[in-house]
Order: sequence, then C-alpha cells, then structure tokens
Amino acid sequence: MMVKFIHKLASPKYFYHLSGKLLPWLMAMCLLFFLLGLVQGLIYAPVDYQQGHSYRIMFIHVPSAWMSLMIYIIMATAGAIFLIWKIKLAAIIASSSATIGAAFTFIALVTGALWGKPMWGTYWAWDARLTSELILLFLYLGYIALEEAIDDPRSASKACAVLVLVGVVNIPIIHYSVEWWYTLHQGASVSKLDTPSIHISMLIPLLLMTLACKCYYALTILMQARNKILWQEQNTHWVRALITENQSKG
Amino acid sequence: MNKQRQKRLILVLILIFGVGTAVTLGLQALNKNLLYFFSPTQVVAGEAPITRTFRLGGLVKKGSIKREKDGLTVHFQVTDGAKVIAISYTGILPDLFKEGQGIVAAGKLQSPGHFIAEEVLAKHDENYMPPEVADALEKAHKEGKSVSQEESAQDTNITPTTDSVL
Repeated sequence: MMVKFIHKLASPKYFYHLSGKLLPWLMAMCLLFFLLGLVQGLIYAPVDYQQGHSYRIMFIHVPSAWMSLMIYIIMATAGAIFLIWKIKLAAIIASSSATIGAAFTFIALVTGALWGKPMWGTYWAWDARLTSELILLFLYLGYIALEEAIDDPRSASKACAVLVLVGVVNIPIIHYSVEWWYTLHQGASVSKLDTPSIHISMLIPLLLMTLACKCYYALTILMQARNKILWQEQNTHWVRALITENQSKG
Repeated sequence: MNKQRQKRLILVLILIFGVGTAVTLGLQALNKNLLYFFSPTQVVAGEAPITRTFRLGGLVKKGSIKREKDGLTVHFQVTDGAKVIAISYTGILPDLFKEGQGIVAAGKLQSPGHFIAEEVLAKHDENYMPPEVADALEKAHKEGKSVSQEESAQDTNITPTTDSVL
C-alpha cells in the first residue's frame, strides 16, 4: 500500500496534479503563520531580561538557521534517493531546494551579525558555530554552481548528489559545535532534552515563525518543482494535453 | 531491492561514513585550535599560547570590577569557578558587560595571572525570559542558597549557569 503510494507520487504526472491542489492551502497557511508569528513576536512577546528588545531578531534568525539545516538534510536525502533508485523527482526536489536553502543560510548569517554587534560587541567571530554555518552557505553556492556548470541534466544531478552527500558531514558539526568547543555563540535553547530555556511567551511566536518558514519552503519548492516537471516532460502526452486544455480555456 | 540498487546503496553509505570518519579524525587533530577561547584553568595550566595573543573566556567575578578615573580603563577578574585571572582593558565595553556575565577577552598575558585585553566581547546565555520571571527566579535562587549555606559552610559560590555560559 505504502510502496504503491510512493511509486504513484514519484510519477511526475501524479505529483504535478497533487501539488497543484496543495498550493493554495500552503499559501494560506504560510501567510497566516507569518502574520501570527510576526505580530506576536514583534508586538506582544515581552522584552528579554538581559537583551531588552534586541532579542526579537531571534524570531527571524532562529527559524532561518533551522531551515538552513533542514533543507540541507532534505537535499541530501533526495540526492541519495536519486543515486540509488534513479527517481527523477528526487533530483528535481534537491535542485529546487538549493537556492531557497542558500537564501535561508544567508538570512541566518546576516541577522546573526546584526544581532551580534549590539550584544556581543562584534559582527563576526571565527568561532566554530559561525564558521561552520558559513561553510554551509559555501556548500549551497557550490551546489548551485556545479549544477549550472554541467549541461547534461542527468550527469548534473548525479554530480550534485555526490557533492551534497559529501557536505552532509557539516550538519552535525553545526548543530553540536556549541557543545563540542568553546564558542562565542550560546548553546541551544529549544532543542534540549530537558525543558527549553526559553519562556513560553517567546517560544510560541518562535514556533509560529518556524511553521511559517516551513510552509514557505514547501510552497516555493513545489512551485519550482512543477515548473521543472513541465519543462522535462514537455514532450509527453499529458503535458501536451494540459497545454491544449489551458489554451482552449484562455 | 535488486542487486544494482543494493550496490549503489552500499556505495552511498561508504561515501557518507568515509567522509564522516575523515572529518572526525581531522577535527580531533585540530581540537585545541577550534576553541574560540581558553578558560582560566587552561591558562593557569599552561595550555594557552601565552607568548602571543589569545582569547580568554570566563565569568566576570562578582565585586571585582574597578573603573579608573579616565572612564575608559577598567580592571576586573574572570573566573571559571576554579581559577581566577585579572584583566585590564581600555576601551568601550559591550552593553551586556556586568558582574557575573560571560565574556571573551582577546589580548596577551603580561604576567602570570594578569591579562591585558585589546578587545572584550560579551557572551549571553541561552536563556530567554521576561524580566519579571528572571527576578522571580533570582529570588527563589537566593532563598534556596541561604538554606543550603546553613546546611554546609563550604558553598563554592558557583552559580548553576556557569556551565552553560562557558
């Protein structure tokens, strides 16, 4: 049953139709969560006992940093699936994720620098957390460059999948850097095993913003993947039928 | 799963584990160099490169901050709960600098136990809460402390957050 569904989902035609139905819902959820999260985080959440209002940049910084890790893990998984099972859709998911992943990494680094200046006293420090996150940005950029450099889409997907799998070692390093080494960056607040060391009134907007970012990622990746599917499958019956159908409508 | 897919799966796993092992070994070898700062205990033990500039991190010891008349020079001590090192610094301190705060100072040892800083950065901990909650916690902490002090005279005066700040 499950295997059958996965096989069905992996067929570009089925994926195209299913994702088309999901898009408006994702869009609505994304807007709702962003609105709720921003209003709660920037207006209603109380000030921090140490950092005053400055801590509010966390509501952008932390979800972006989490997304930068999550998207890379998704890309690595998709890359492995493509290498092993040769499922074309996996390659499309991986390549659509690269730009959005790079964007989130960039946002995390920039907001972190803007937060670091007033709190730490410096924009940048070469500590383990900051440096490994910068390497993640380079991995994303390297992925995009490699994909653009190879003309044949199949060999491009293959090379990129290997690159993304080599880079996956960086993900646990980023996550545990604050525990393994002395860093300027503080330790984890939310993903600790015991109770999170962040007050509930600040945790809720943070989680809302995280949900918003996840919906935004799902939305953009589906839109990009749909475009790539249409392009790749342009000579198939179902795409031609879709085009004539839309033309007669328009 | 057919033979060819199995083979490719094994290759992917070898790739990940191979890179993982290589990087782990590399990081192990570089371990000391990846520390952003040294603790007072490490400096006293002679693990820090005392002949050149390095970073020293710790908590600002309570009651140790002394400001000079010029308004810019400040003397204070940092501790990791075990050892104490005195720091002198001339310049603008970050807003978060205060007693009990985690800081990272870059500079050189002038004499054993005396560090001349060229730059002082503040570390903040991973706790986020409204000021009222912080006050309530502090109160509860003090009450708990006075009780424990009665029980044992040897209170080492290390706050429970020392670990997470360092």
